[in-house]
Amino acid sequence: MHEASIVRSVIDIAENEARKHGGSNIRKIKLKVGEFRGVVKEALEFSFAVLKKDTLAAEAELEVETVRLRVECGACGPVDCPMNDFNLLCPRCGETLTIVEGQEMQVEYIDLEDAEVICTR
Amino acid sequence: MHQVMIGADILEANEQMAGHNSGHFEEHGVYVVNLMSAPGAGKTSVLEQTINRIKDDLRLGVIEGDLMTTIDADRISALGVPSYQITTGTVCHLDAKMVHSALHSFKIDDLDLLFIENVGNLVCPAEFYLGEDLRVMVFSTVEGAEKPKKYPVMFHESEAVLLNKVDLLPYSGVSLDELRRNVLEVSPETMIFPISCRTGEGVDEWIAWLKQKIEFGNGERRCVRLNS
Repeated sequence: MHEASIVRSVIDIAENEARKHGGSNIRKIKLKVGEFRGVVKEALEFSFAVLKKDTLAAEAELEVETVRLRVECGACGPVDCPMNDFNLLCPRCGETLTIVEGQEMQVEYIDLEDAEVICTR
Repeated sequence: MHQVMIGADILEANEQMAGHNSGHFEEHGVYVVNLMSAPGAGKTSVLEQTINRIKDDLRLGVIEGDLMTTIDADRISALGVPSYQITTGTVCHLDAKMVHSALHSFKIDDLDLLFIENVGNLVCPAEFYLGEDLRVMVFSTVEGAEKPKKYPVMFHESEAVLLNKVDLLPYSGVSLDELRRNVLEVSPETMIFPISCRTGEGVDEWIAWLKQKIEFGNGERRCVRLNS
């Protein structure tokens, strides 16, 4: 259950950004998590519900977008690689495939209710 | 409502701390191996076998990670090798900060090679870079040939996989060929060493490879995090 550690980092990042923008009420946190990471969406949501208390994200909703695994072969191009039979050997030529997408683990954005518009220039 | 675009890696803080650890290791000329596996696969036994064969050639140290007890650190100390036990309480993996704290009470100045034995867990430790040079996984053959397909991330993140307990193959009915094929499908570049800590089979081959890694890796350090 390392999702709790991950959620703690998410809240830290969101709170820092909120403070930077003069906001104190985060309404939404949007994450992008690749399919090929050892992270379970439901466990993230559960951890978030518990850990958001007494933070600037206490009233926030968490949206987790799962990024599908996409792999390709240098010679043959895109290859279908289902998560339930993960195989990084090209079915056509046997070369090692490259993971193009599906390893993301990002805070994409946050929505702030009461942010000041800060001029960064 | 105001939307703030961030685009930050969630584990950025851990990666930064790991980079800091890596700097410490480099400064002291220590090569660091992060050893991962499910509980009971034989990480500590692999360390005992490895230590007994190389402790006259290299100055060794071990950081142990477990939820509780100092049993593993005691096993390593019994071999005359300095060890430090991190007890995580309920946390299922080591992170860079825990390793950094350990470095304050555990001297690495005189070491050539430091092993970090991670908490036994087939999922979580793979997500947390500690600042190591090399990631090695121990997998016991009795766990079943299909496990690389079920838990692909850790296999994919490891530069070498030690297939331990091959002496039990006749009793477990697990096919070594099938297991090997599954590891290679999940992680085609990974080195595979079938070993038995019980009989000593295959341990010399693993050590020869490790020594080669240390020799070439120490001059030119690189981040072994395979997915970045």
